[in-house]
Amino acid sequence: MQARNAGWWALLMPAFLLLTVFYIAPILQVLSISFTEPELGFGNYERILTNRSVQRTLSTTGRIAGITTVLALVLGYAIAYSVTMASERARRWWILCVLVPLWISVLVRAFAWVTLLRRQGLINEALIGMGTIQEPLELVWNEFGIIVGMVHYMVPYAVLPMLSAMRDIDPRLMTAARGMGASRWTVFSRVFFPLSLPGVLAAAVLTFILSLGFYVTPAILGGGKTLMVAEWISVQILDLIRWGFGTMMATVLIVTILVTLGVFSRIVNMRRLFGGGH
Amino acid sequence: MTLELHGLAKSYGSFVAVEGADLMVGRGTFLTLLGPSGSGKTTILSMIAGFTEPTSGQIFLDGKDITSEPPEKRQFGMVFQGYALFPHMSVAENVAFPLRVRGMSKAEREEKVRGALDLVQLSRFADRLPKQLSGGQQQRVALARALVFEPALLLLDEPLSALDKKLRAELQEELRALHRRIGRTFINVTHDQEEAMSLSDSVAILNHGRIIQLGAPEALYEQPRTRFVADFLGKSNFLPGTVRELGQGTLGVQVGALRIRQEPGAAKVSLGAPVLLSLRPEKIRVLGDADTADNVLEARVTSWSYLGAGFSIIAETAVGPLRLAMPAWHAPFHPAEGAAIRLGWSAEAATIVEDDDAGA
Repeated sequence: MQARNAGWWALLMPAFLLLTVFYIAPILQVLSISFTEPELGFGNYERILTNRSVQRTLSTTGRIAGITTVLALVLGYAIAYSVTMASERARRWWILCVLVPLWISVLVRAFAWVTLLRRQGLINEALIGMGTIQEPLELVWNEFGIIVGMVHYMVPYAVLPMLSAMRDIDPRLMTAARGMGASRWTVFSRVFFPLSLPGVLAAAVLTFILSLGFYVTPAILGGGKTLMVAEWISVQILDLIRWGFGTMMATVLIVTILVTLGVFSRIVNMRRLFGGGH
Repeated sequence: MTLELHGLAKSYGSFVAVEGADLMVGRGTFLTLLGPSGSGKTTILSMIAGFTEPTSGQIFLDGKDITSEPPEKRQFGMVFQGYALFPHMSVAENVAFPLRVRGMSKAEREEKVRGALDLVQLSRFADRLPKQLSGGQQQRVALARALVFEPALLLLDEPLSALDKKLRAELQEELRALHRRIGRTFINVTHDQEEAMSLSDSVAILNHGRIIQLGAPEALYEQPRTRFVADFLGKSNFLPGTVRELGQGTLGVQVGALRIRQEPGAAKVSLGAPVLLSLRPEKIRVLGDADTADNVLEARVTSWSYLGAGFSIIAETAVGPLRLAMPAWHAPFHPAEGAAIRLGWSAEAATIVEDDDAGA
């Protein structure tokens, strides 16, 4: 038995070594800079407590990731529910529609939102043309713009785990509940929704974690005025050459993500989240 | 409580699932809809429950047309195929569900749930989740849940099909006892003829979307109206022949070279008309040397098997192979391949049936 297990581990070794040597070790090395530059110690980490810019970036990131997660979940739930209830034929089209945005570069989508949302963009022009507003609305280069772009990016990631959970629900349960005298709303709130919750939680973890480390969309739609963690790190390291300060934030981000995963893995089946077998 | 179906039909595009079903189910009856898969039995049940909208026809409950009422208004209890227990609720919560949606108070709910669980002897398992129960226990939870709000009519969709044979027999008895005890109307759907016969007061046999025959299990077995009924309920030999004699009380039916004496029963026959005789295997006797019968036939055993209680024998005769069942206890001979025997049956043993070409 042990010998056999050892054999399997041997098969994993090349991949494990590759990952350790070229991925984990460099990351640890970079992260360790946060303890060594500009001087040895926890100096960089103390600034979480004292530096306003660090605090603002962290709270902005948390707020935007939180709002994005909630909105993506609400929209994604509606889509996943429609797909689950749709006929087999319609379902395939729905899923295609959900997946197509995933195949389009995040850069392209961010710039597409800029052209739609900017002061002379389609939306402002249309609203002014209809006489709804006099002055163009500030739709982009602020938190609002970032959230629009991020929600748009996250919805497919929210839909997929929820869709998988919903499709696991035996449709006969809903029929049975109706037959026992439950209204449509009761069937949803007492049967369908509780059974879809594992998928909702999985989707929440996935979108929240992805949102925390988002770089491209906030950088473009935030216009450099609203900084999220990833962009802040890049500014520290590439523009200000403050490696210790930047890698400190990277460490904070990674620890936050690991803690979030750790907490949720106690509630949700992680294998479902990452597409493994049940 | 009387449930009536008037010309109830359902078609999906050009496919006719149910073709004008007429039925009347009286209070306290245990009716079974029996048929092979695709015979329309589940569709009929689904239309009674309100899950499927009939293409035409009506359903009356105590004289009131309920055809267009949604399922939750009909107030019928239902045991679903595979039970459909809510996996996120405990046994007690499952059983309380129909009461909860009716807005019943907590105290009242708890009392009813306790009563329903007692009825199916599951009180000890109230706090378990469905997946922690065996198949038979799950089935009983489904039953308790369907009965807890005291519906006038209980619908059962293949309630025992997921259970193994021994457990099925046990639950059949329980179900029958339960029906007697609470005196409500049960409508059951199954493809298992044994289950249908042992449970029901009344059985409707369906094929290709039509009710072929309705009656008590015994009447159906003894007096099948058509070849399909005779073949589906138990086993039967079919002898095609022509009426050659119209005597007093008996007919002479020519089957191949053999003239068979046969009581006409309910069938209307005329001289020269083709008829089909259905002859149950257990009604053919193996005759001793001195024995006689209305119909006697020389035969040769071609194959046989021992089934404990009896032998099942296939014997080649002048009218083709005949299947017969012979009790093993005090058997007149021990079967052997090639053994020559004499077979006999009385004039009332066979039934004249309509040939609806069930074999096809």
